[in-house]
Amino acid sequence: MSDITKLTLADARDAVQGKKISAVELTQAHLAAMAKARALNAYIVETPEKALDMAKASDARIASGKAGPLEGLPLGIKDLYATEGVHMQACSHILDGFKPPYESTVTSQLWRDGAVMLGKLNMDEFAMGSSNETSYYGPVASPWLPANWDAAQGREALKGDKKGLLVPGGSSGGSATAVAAHLCLGATATDTGGSIRQPAAFTGTVGIKPTYGRCSRWGVAAFASSLDQAGPIARTVRDCAIMLGSMAGYDVKDSTSVDTPVPDYEAAIGASIKGKKIGIPKEYRIDGMPAEIEALWQKGIEWLRAAGAEIVDISLPYTKTALPAYYIVAPAEASSNLARYDGVRYGLRVPGKDISSMYENTRAEGFGREVRRRIMIGTYVLSAGYYDAYYVRAQKIRTLIKRDFETAYKAGIDAILTPATPSAAFGIGEKGSADPVEMYLNDVFTVTVNMAGLPGLAVPGGLSASGLPLGLQLIGRPFDEETLFSIAEVIEQSAGRIELPQAWW
Amino acid sequence: MSVDLATVRRIAHLSRIALRDDEAPHLQQELNAILAFVEELNAIDVEGVEPMTSVIPMRLPLRADVVTDHAGADVVTHNAPGAEDHFFTVPKVVE
Repeated sequence: MSDITKLTLADARDAVQGKKISAVELTQAHLAAMAKARALNAYIVETPEKALDMAKASDARIASGKAGPLEGLPLGIKDLYATEGVHMQACSHILDGFKPPYESTVTSQLWRDGAVMLGKLNMDEFAMGSSNETSYYGPVASPWLPANWDAAQGREALKGDKKGLLVPGGSSGGSATAVAAHLCLGATATDTGGSIRQPAAFTGTVGIKPTYGRCSRWGVAAFASSLDQAGPIARTVRDCAIMLGSMAGYDVKDSTSVDTPVPDYEAAIGASIKGKKIGIPKEYRIDGMPAEIEALWQKGIEWLRAAGAEIVDISLPYTKTALPAYYIVAPAEASSNLARYDGVRYGLRVPGKDISSMYENTRAEGFGREVRRRIMIGTYVLSAGYYDAYYVRAQKIRTLIKRDFETAYKAGIDAILTPATPSAAFGIGEKGSADPVEMYLNDVFTVTVNMAGLPGLAVPGGLSASGLPLGLQLIGRPFDEETLFSIAEVIEQSAGRIELPQAWW
Repeated sequence: MSVDLATVRRIAHLSRIALRDDEAPHLQQELNAILAFVEELNAIDVEGVEPMTSVIPMRLPLRADVVTDHAGADVVTHNAPGAEDHFFTVPKVVE
């Protein structure tokens, strides 16, 4: 085999289990690819020794016939996940030097099933961002070059401030770049308003945010607890299904995790979608949406119709309220969750003249601009006199958003098809510096799903006029991830697998 | 609704985030941009709508009131920027 990092996770699994390649070989190939790709800034910490130890243990288990479902498969882990004894800072300065003495439930399930950890992946600080530019460790570059750029230009930009190169999206930008650049077989990610689906769409990869409660949040640094969910980013629909099967499941340590059996997601791949009712919500046709996004959506509709699905026009009238309501609910929860970072129990401490100024100095220096902004908005909307006008109103609107989806599902809709993002990837340094809201608008199609707690999947649908990936989004019924995998597989087959960029970095 | 500079300073203090005087005007602009963006929610009729408390309908599970997690004091204070004899140290708070 020429380059084993180009295998899909499913093919690598079969090759390892069939003893055609060893877990150590597979891991070494990925470590070598990572070493050559450091300028992309996808990994902030590499754990080669741990990876090789885990791979050796995998080979021993394979030899003794005790292989797990992910045995020997090298994965990247978003820095939001606690990894015992290994750097975990949510890409924030405030968690300086933090090495958790515990392992998140989701990653412990991946290791239980035999997966190998390659390192920790870059992300927007505390998952707040849509471009991976708010990370304390600097921006991540997408492996996709801007139109008309050659490899030399790309390498030159990587040496400097990366301006002009494309963002991989965010907040799971390191995960998306690592998967698209073949620096891991799959990666963990998290999604609070679109942080799995938007970067997947920007990089030509597949990502699923499962139903709220499907994956345990224990050991994942909290941003907005009622919206946060863990999920995978991988190169194919099948690979995502395999990873989710290991990541999902009930956990007594997360009181919002749901005690319902984890189905065999991979078995849903290839299931017929004949007769499935696919809703097309008219509210997702927004002003100023590029014609190529509209065209992509139409293509998606045609593919599903050709596969025997029934296309139904639907209305989700409260769609446009979701983004503003999100920017009340999410900062409010963040201001509460991030109150724990005070320079006392872990991370950074900046001295002050008394304890109060120690807190204030620590938090001013430890949090980046976007995080400080969101904590302050959250503090404001929760403060006396504003709580009802902002927070309670936003939670009422959330009820209305969820009701929209319930009405559609009650009418027999099995899944909803929309574009994943309002545009293709933009340039590093291009958006949001003057007005934070400009960046927030990236999540206009994805955020409704978090507000309603539903599963959402992004799958590549084709390329833009400038040759960049564009994604379609599927929204499902609660806990019906299987239907999303079946439909996404049809889209993947119809669109043809996107050819990911060759290494220019 | 929009915030003035005094409110920006008050929010920063409530958030326990030190704010330099030269940062305040810019932050005021940014916060007001966000508040203007969420303004449109005031036009939505929410009369009689219950605020959402749990996005997936479920009962909060209870567990027995027993110690389940005892990693030991070494582990608990291991990551602290200041610790002495298994206590977290902070600047003096009582005169």
